[in-house]
Amino acid sequence: MRLLSLGVIKGYIVGIVGAVLGGLLAGAIRMALGRPPWEAESIAFLASLMGTVGFLTGVGAFRDWWQWLRGAEAGDPPHEGPEGPQWVRYFNFDPDHKVIGIQYTVTALVLFVTAGTFALIFRLELARSGLQFMDPDTFNTLMGLHGMIMIGAILLGIGGMANYLVPLMIGAPDMAFPRLNALSFWVSIPGATLLLLTLAFGGFDTGWTGYPPLGAIGPVGKQLFYMGVFILGFSSILGSINFITTILKMRAPGMTMFRLPIFVWGVFAAAWIQLTGTQFIAMSFFMVVLQRVFGLAFFDPAKGGDAVLYQHIFWFYSHPAVYIFVLPGLGVISELLPVFSRKPLFGYRWVALSSMGIATMGFLVWAHHMFTVGLDLELSTFFMFSTMLVAVPTGVKFFSWLATMWSGKLSFETPMLFVLGAFVTFLLGGLTGPFLAVVPVDQFLHDSYYVVGHFHNTMFGGFVYPFMAAIYYWFPKVTGRKYNERLGKLHFWLMTAGFIVLTLSMFRTGFLGMRRRIADYDPALGFDTTHLIGTIAAYLIATSVLIFIYNLVHSARAGEVAPANPWRSRSLEWMVPSPVRGVAFPTPPVIVGNPYDYGVPGSVFARLGAGGGSDVPEDGQEQEG
Amino acid sequence: MKRGNILIPTVLTFVIGVPLAWFFWRAPIVPALASAQGGKADFLLRLVFAIASLVFGLVAAFLGYSLVAFRRNPNDTEDGPPIHGHTTLEIVWTVVPLIVILSVGALGTKVMYDVARAQPNELTVKVVGFQWAWTFEYPAYGIVTGELVLPVEQPIAFEVTSTDVVHSFWVPEFRMKIDAIPGRVNVIRHTPVREGEFKVRCAEMCGTGHAAMLAPVRVVSGTEFLQWVNEQTGAVVGLSEAAQRGKDLASQYGCIGCHSVDGAPGVGPTWKGLYGSTRELADGTTVTADDEYLYKAIVDPGSQIVAGFQNIMPATFGEQLTDEQIRDIIEYIKTLK
Repeated sequence: MRLLSLGVIKGYIVGIVGAVLGGLLAGAIRMALGRPPWEAESIAFLASLMGTVGFLTGVGAFRDWWQWLRGAEAGDPPHEGPEGPQWVRYFNFDPDHKVIGIQYTVTALVLFVTAGTFALIFRLELARSGLQFMDPDTFNTLMGLHGMIMIGAILLGIGGMANYLVPLMIGAPDMAFPRLNALSFWVSIPGATLLLLTLAFGGFDTGWTGYPPLGAIGPVGKQLFYMGVFILGFSSILGSINFITTILKMRAPGMTMFRLPIFVWGVFAAAWIQLTGTQFIAMSFFMVVLQRVFGLAFFDPAKGGDAVLYQHIFWFYSHPAVYIFVLPGLGVISELLPVFSRKPLFGYRWVALSSMGIATMGFLVWAHHMFTVGLDLELSTFFMFSTMLVAVPTGVKFFSWLATMWSGKLSFETPMLFVLGAFVTFLLGGLTGPFLAVVPVDQFLHDSYYVVGHFHNTMFGGFVYPFMAAIYYWFPKVTGRKYNERLGKLHFWLMTAGFIVLTLSMFRTGFLGMRRRIADYDPALGFDTTHLIGTIAAYLIATSVLIFIYNLVHSARAGEVAPANPWRSRSLEWMVPSPVRGVAFPTPPVIVGNPYDYGVPGSVFARLGAGGGSDVPEDGQEQEG
Repeated sequence: MKRGNILIPTVLTFVIGVPLAWFFWRAPIVPALASAQGGKADFLLRLVFAIASLVFGLVAAFLGYSLVAFRRNPNDTEDGPPIHGHTTLEIVWTVVPLIVILSVGALGTKVMYDVARAQPNELTVKVVGFQWAWTFEYPAYGIVTGELVLPVEQPIAFEVTSTDVVHSFWVPEFRMKIDAIPGRVNVIRHTPVREGEFKVRCAEMCGTGHAAMLAPVRVVSGTEFLQWVNEQTGAVVGLSEAAQRGKDLASQYGCIGCHSVDGAPGVGPTWKGLYGSTRELADGTTVTADDEYLYKAIVDPGSQIVAGFQNIMPATFGEQLTDEQIRDIIEYIKTLK
């Protein structure tokens, strides 16, 4: 049967077999130890691990490596799919970076819509004080899943943009490790599946932060939550190795680090955080798993553990993680602004280095999430200053963007609108940050809706808007067709109106005493109406996202055929035909200039083909390689 | 080529920034203040708001001006001027923000140490959070209650801890909160400056009953406080030995964190006048609160939820308490007419 030959179906079948075997193994081990065999925690632990390995085996992730282990040749990873319809490539283990980029992006959008739907459900509950149709446990689970699935969606969205674009932008034939690249994508599928399965196993009520001791007790759904995130972490770590290697080793001749497209700098900085930080959230979550399964009391004070220790390990990743989310997005802003301003990126080196500065600083600020745990005052002082210092490189980006637009020639197509939306939203996110850095003020606002508002502004400004800008901007590249401009603008204005109203409602209720993560609130606090308005705004955002998805699907099938370089960009990816088929650069291009020299007479960025000879024409018509 | 007039956005910066800063300096955006220490946090809050307003004005002015002044004519396919950077500008917008935030940081540090400093004549209140209620112990008077009563203008040192998971002790009108963490005792200081009724609101996710984890707070005059202390400590005439044991257990196990003994509303139904009354349950049936009902309500609370309340009482008291202890508590409830 045709369907059964798809990698993803085979993956799930073998994955379920693996999970069952894992459960049986857990029972057998317990029996051998003289314990009652069936215990949910240990079954969930081994079943999720072996289910993941089963899934990856079924999908074919280990096939080539297994060949090598046997001493056989696996051959070069193919860049063309097998004969027949091409859509099957997206459901199979495929090492081509463009296929993987689309797999990541579409999965990210699916998760984005899923997590958004959860938010729409609990926003309805929040529209009025009192419990309307939900019990607190369901609310808590949906709220926690909204957070964690969104985080997964963001990581996959970044993987999508970076996979598709980085090799094209640096003139590389593919990523450095194509098989590892495909594995990085596919390992996220069982991770996300486990997260969604928590719904069927009692849910989890800790929120996405999973703090013990609460996380160490309660239904087995929490175990699946920790395991799901643990497994998603592998996707991040493996992906980052690939990006760092690709960016360092596979740039086209002549492309020095300071001739890199600025988006690639963002990916590079984020990849370093992923490579060096992800282990910490994995460790903190795994220690809770060990406490749940084996009773190892890392975080149980009654047995000599420490509940605060978890928070240090957890935030050592989870604060820098927000810079993983936003650095590629800020890269998109810096990448697109020069194109739509027809001017060079102002202070290219400062912008590039500010990404690395943010990535480095990001590791020194984690305990500002813990100003209420009773930190020593000297420790608090350090983290107050270090946190505020992040404002400096972030400010550099804002001022450089302003200077890039200054006396430029701005035009406002949909991608530019989303860039500007990102700019304004991230500005609100940035300006609401220092409140949370100043310890006494943070101790007031901590765990209130103010924090929720701040965070959503940084995520919308740092990821959601740039991601959507990127999808519109590179849509002609990926599909060869134009999206619908009017629908794109409608999407922008609806979403922006909805989002600004929603976050203002969050800030207002937060200042007035609305706590985070509650299904019900005190009507005496007097913000029922504000919540109702916030809920309506949330549905406005949802409407705009539906328009977005309709636009993407419809335009990919029936959109007008796009010109080769619709934005008159100087970047490499627009010098090859759209959509890119096979290897974009069979012979590496030669980089002879700077990427953003808009307005510099006679300047050339790259010549296609070894040694080149053909300049890039002014009108950017596609060239034979 | 349009060069742009830098004067316009410079003026706009203040046109936008100053009114915003003024608004946030004055506007009642937070609940009315009730703590001296909280007042210092409020000052910082307003200060940061003022600075953020000016920065917002600056960025919004230059952005807004650019969007209007530098629009591209659709037929113009020329590029803009190739300005690559400006080192002096870069240094200015690195150094100036640095100075501003270091100043705010220094001020923040000073306030942080100020509000943490011990006051003379502090009254110690031990706060214990547990799923899902609070108890307050006054070691100086030997009182344990579920209602936080504080004399106005009296410096208080709250010693906060938890017996199960992490909670957070927050009275929004007091501003600063502190986590209640098992195995640790955290101290936070507030001097109430305004009489009134407030609520402790648990601010750290602690499970099913988190939203409902509230406790009443009353800030009263010094005389009223002493009166209250006398009421609490005064020997209850005719309390049997069993009822006295039950009273102690009710404090020790935190029953009174949710169930008031004086008719005040709480997370759970009050115990005052409970015994012998007719209870309307959430499923619409009615039942008389006799010994049998109360026993079942303690060991299996989910089985008969009183209308208007949530099912959040832990079902573990059947294991924690002996049958005799449960009967003692029921004896105590009987005395609360």
